[in-house]
Amino acid sequence: MAENPSALHLSGPRISRREALQATAAAAALAALPPGSAAATNAPAAAAVTLTLTVNGRGHTLTVDPRQSVLDVLRETLDLTGTKKGCNQGACGACTVLVNGKRIVSCLTLASMYDGARIETIEGVEKDGALHPLQEAFVEHDGLQCGFCTPGQIMSGLGCIAEGHAGSPEEIQFWMSGNICRCGAYPGIVAAVADAAGRS
Amino acid sequence: MFPFTLEKPLSTEDAIAAAASGARFIAGGTTLVDLMREEVERPERLIDINSLPFGGIRIEGDDLVIGALARMAEVAADPNVQRLQPLIAESLIEGASPQLRNMASMGGNLLQRVRCPYFRMLDAGCNKRAPGSGCAAIDGLNSGHAILGTSDYCVATHPSDVAVALVALDATMRVRGPQGERSFPVEELFRLPGDTPHLEHTLLPGELIVEIRVPGGPHSRHARYLKVRDRASYEFALVSAAVALLVADGVIRQVRLAVGGVGTRPWRLRDCEAALVGKRPERRAFEEAAQLAIQGARPLHHNQFKVELLPRTVVRALELAGEVA
Ligand SMILES: Cc1cc2nc3c(=O)[nH]c(=O)nc-3n(C[C@H](O)[C@H](O)[C@H](O)COP(=O)(O)OP(=O)(O)OC[C@H]3O[C@@H](n4cnc5c(N)ncnc54)[C@H](O)[C@@H]3O)c2cc1C
Ligand code: SF4
Ligand code: FES
Ligand code: FES
Repeated sequence: MAENPSALHLSGPRISRREALQATAAAAALAALPPGSAAATNAPAAAAVTLTLTVNGRGHTLTVDPRQSVLDVLRETLDLTGTKKGCNQGACGACTVLVNGKRIVSCLTLASMYDGARIETIEGVEKDGALHPLQEAFVEHDGLQCGFCTPGQIMSGLGCIAEGHAGSPEEIQFWMSGNICRCGAYPGIVAAVADAAGRS
Repeated sequence: MFPFTLEKPLSTEDAIAAAASGARFIAGGTTLVDLMREEVERPERLIDINSLPFGGIRIEGDDLVIGALARMAEVAADPNVQRLQPLIAESLIEGASPQLRNMASMGGNLLQRVRCPYFRMLDAGCNKRAPGSGCAAIDGLNSGHAILGTSDYCVATHPSDVAVALVALDATMRVRGPQGERSFPVEELFRLPGDTPHLEHTLLPGELIVEIRVPGGPHSRHARYLKVRDRASYEFALVSAAVALLVADGVIRQVRLAVGGVGTRPWRLRDCEAALVGKRPERRAFEEAAQLAIQGARPLHHNQFKVELLPRTVVRALELAGEVA
């Protein structure tokens, strides 16, 4: 499979350590800036953009570098690290969140294009100390091993159920195919989504 | 990622004027942001076109009209699309993932760039990314590459699924630019690589895709999109086939046929179509016609299998389309 160039874009290691560190450094430098100031030092000509986001029901006014993705803003600026960065290329689904009620990959989403958006992340799924039925179903069905993909799986599962695409295991497999699990916890994930869909 | 500015134009005219002077449109960003992060694309100015009035899906007479900003998921789920042009819905659902389809626009889908891995490797020769630097795919790993429409300069396939359906269905597109509006067949959007593979489409500077128009007809209800790939979902096509078939009195009256995953652009199979009209919809006729699909094929080291997979996919897609009552 890895021999096949058509597959490389989806499975190959795309982001180098250096790039990851640079991205983190740039985002951290930017996050430290007072609102309204110019972009970070290693982000020369990019003019900062001010926007508001509602994340898990809370409003935030933020100053971002146009290059920052919603994923970066969530993780680096708002310290909501539940949403994971896997491929950073739209190919693994680890960064899935709901934006204005729809599931999307936050890594390919420029925060500066989403002024006024309503975002839900894994941190907002539990309510008043009680797990969401889909989270409970993941626990019951062993829908995870290492847990890295799980926040994205849950957010995508919420979308999948809301869209009405959780009618059969085959349908769930197809409509959850944007979420890759390195541990291979798929049978548990499919069972959990089916279970939660049946309950809701 | 290289620095850029992001602008939200107040009018279509502003957006077009900015693009005519070198800025880039951005819709869903699922191609552009990805390539900017890889530093393959380095625009200095982005024009966010999402507030322009080119969304929505409507019916005009027999035609289905799809706004360039309509999202893939929205189009695929639209009851009118499913009823009148099931091939469009099916080809969209077979592409990308639910998350990406919620973000990706129809206009952006047509203008998505190739998935050749060397196009993204900044240290590999690639005439598309860096004209004159060679083509690393020709002697490299090329099992995913094209067998039709290739040149010695580039052998990458066009990756869009819905484009294959649109080309099969004789869809047209309306674009607006500094000189006003024009319409032309979607098929004419795509250029062959020739010795200028960096020029991929026929839009003029500043031209914005506004909408796509799909003419309806009795053939469009009996249509299927078949996508053959390395895994069952969430993967680009090795070979795909879009077929619309009208059979009356036991004879094929109309057939539209285009294939993906094999050509440097979505590939209409007019010779196959001509060979099928007037025939009974039987396997023998399908097989004979499908052999014409590989006329002029130039396989590479790793993609020889497509020469056999292509006609087989066409035959199977014809059978499936024939079953849709
Ligand atoms: C992991 C992954 C898997 C995928 N799998 C598939 C697949 O199986 N099948 C498939 O078909 N696609 C697939 N795609 C591609 C996806 O469908 C495209 O990225 C998407 O359709 C592009 O739309 P967009 O709105 O996001 O475009 P953008 O990224 O916003 O833009 C793409 C290009 O189009 C230009 N543009 C956008 N809108 C207009 C307009 N209205 N007028 C003029 N120019 C415009 C932009 O300037 C840019 O050059 C996949 C993508 C990813 C990341
Ligand atoms: S096939 Fe085309 S895109 Fe790929 S390396 Fe060769 S020139 Fe570049
Ligand atoms: S991090 Fe992999 S899809 Fe976003
Ligand atoms: S549980 Fe480990 S990646 Fe899915």
